[in-house]
Amino acid sequence: MTAKSDLIDRAWRGFLLGLMTLFVVNIGLMIAAVATSSFARRWLGTWLPEGWTTTWYTAAWKEFQLGSVLFVTVEVVLAVVLLSLLIGVPAAYTLARRNFVGKRALMLLFLLPLMVPPITYGIPLATVLYQFHLAGTIYGVILANLIPAAPFVILVMTPFIEQIDPNLESAARVFGARTASVFRHVLVPLLAPGILAASLLVLVRTIAMFELTFLTAGSDSQTLVVALYYAVFAAGVRAPQSVDAMAMIYMGVTLVWLLIALRFVNPTQLVSRVKEHPQGAV
Amino acid sequence: MAASAPLAREPFDKSLLLVAPGALFMLLLFVYPFLYGLWLSFTPKEGGALANYAHFFTTDNLWPTIWTTLKLALPATLINVGLALPIAFKMRLKTPYQRIVTTILVVPITLGTVLIAEGMLIYFGPKGWLAQFLQFFHLYDGPIRLTHNFTGVLISLVVSGFPFAFLLILSYITGIDPGLARAAATLGADPKAQFRQIYLPLLAPGLAMCFCLAFVQAFSVFPSAVLLGSPAGPTRVISIAAYEAAFEQYDYSLASAIAMIMGGVQLLIVVAVLGLRNLFYRGPVVGGKG
Repeated sequence: MTAKSDLIDRAWRGFLLGLMTLFVVNIGLMIAAVATSSFARRWLGTWLPEGWTTTWYTAAWKEFQLGSVLFVTVEVVLAVVLLSLLIGVPAAYTLARRNFVGKRALMLLFLLPLMVPPITYGIPLATVLYQFHLAGTIYGVILANLIPAAPFVILVMTPFIEQIDPNLESAARVFGARTASVFRHVLVPLLAPGILAASLLVLVRTIAMFELTFLTAGSDSQTLVVALYYAVFAAGVRAPQSVDAMAMIYMGVTLVWLLIALRFVNPTQLVSRVKEHPQGAV
Repeated sequence: MAASAPLAREPFDKSLLLVAPGALFMLLLFVYPFLYGLWLSFTPKEGGALANYAHFFTTDNLWPTIWTTLKLALPATLINVGLALPIAFKMRLKTPYQRIVTTILVVPITLGTVLIAEGMLIYFGPKGWLAQFLQFFHLYDGPIRLTHNFTGVLISLVVSGFPFAFLLILSYITGIDPGLARAAATLGADPKAQFRQIYLPLLAPGLAMCFCLAFVQAFSVFPSAVLLGSPAGPTRVISIAAYEAAFEQYDYSLASAIAMIMGGVQLLIVVAVLGLRNLFYRGPVVGGKG
């Protein structure tokens, strides 16, 4: 390798490193700016605020009725996780183990909601939900959030199911176990790591899902992220610090679950189906 | 287990019923609303079947939203995928760094666009830390306007889109058997040649997929276009137009038509990109995990 191309190579590497650092540092500072503002007494055009206070948190809690918003968020997220597992795991099992007519079409049906962005199908969906008087209620929000969640469970679970030895099931069936008890005594215990990974991924994604909840929620069925949107949207009316305090509460809720999730799943699994061996996900 | 004989001759396999709830759910809540929306878009409040579409393409604050959205989404996608590819290639080996960087990058994705918008309003605002920093060191003395305009929305699309593209490409790259690159290295290929001759052709399908997904996400930008842009002017994107039709004018028929146009434009771009992909090597995305 010549000296010149070596130099170019190094410059290129430095450029990429610099770009990456710039990106990460700016994200960090952005979050730090929200945090600083949420504790600021008054902060106008200086490096740091004039004084510190925690009153914005109590103010935000009261102003935005965060107690009930958090309660709704927990209800929606739990319901979506449970229902998506109930729908997704059996479907993933059949798709992983059986061949049947129309399997490819079915796979496409489950893949499409993950390819089409929520706002595109969310608008016709909200229209239908309004017709059935489900939009504006918590049931509508849960149903809407299930549309990307259930296929996501199927995608995450399929490799976990494929690696289970089919002989175990056959053995259970030889002893007379029906499908229900094969699931209860053989598959679910063996799939526990996969189910945990899938439910954590769905949980993190549902907390952050803005568009579908925004399109289907009424005033008493907002989740945290939608409430935050309305707070930022109407920012002029309220002290910016209380909006930031709310943003910090939202960030706290999301990051706690993200940190828990990252103990069991690979970060790339949040955006894509990883064909890695499930055990590879530490 | 796999049915190799014609299915009709076998007794009905009851475990196939396990997929039924999922399939039914998708049909009821995904396919039916879509078809209903399509039908609704052809039954406007007044006028003939195509009145909504005619209205969209002749109204001055509707049809330009397509270009507004494309002008935001295409550069954002090109930046995201263009930067993510070399960086993901550099980080393809499983090192502690890879774990740390992927963990850091997953944070902006999970925080979501609403929080990014709020953070950017403070940090990139005219009196935010960035402006103060630039003015303190006299790097740029003019007024700094990075929010409530086109630039703000573009930055937010990069902030949320780059980590997505990076993680997606990384998962494709780590799926390529490193043995192939090692074999090439034995034959004297330096990293650059390995990239061009081994990784790029094998990545082409994955890259096309990543470009499509990143583009489709950027194209449906909504919260940041409202919060960080100027939703009445330069960042009036198509999703804002659809939202206004549905929830401010309560014209679900027109809103469905806009949603269908939105889906159509996305589909056009996706088909074009996947068509381009075929110019490259055609083969499996992954060559087995080494």
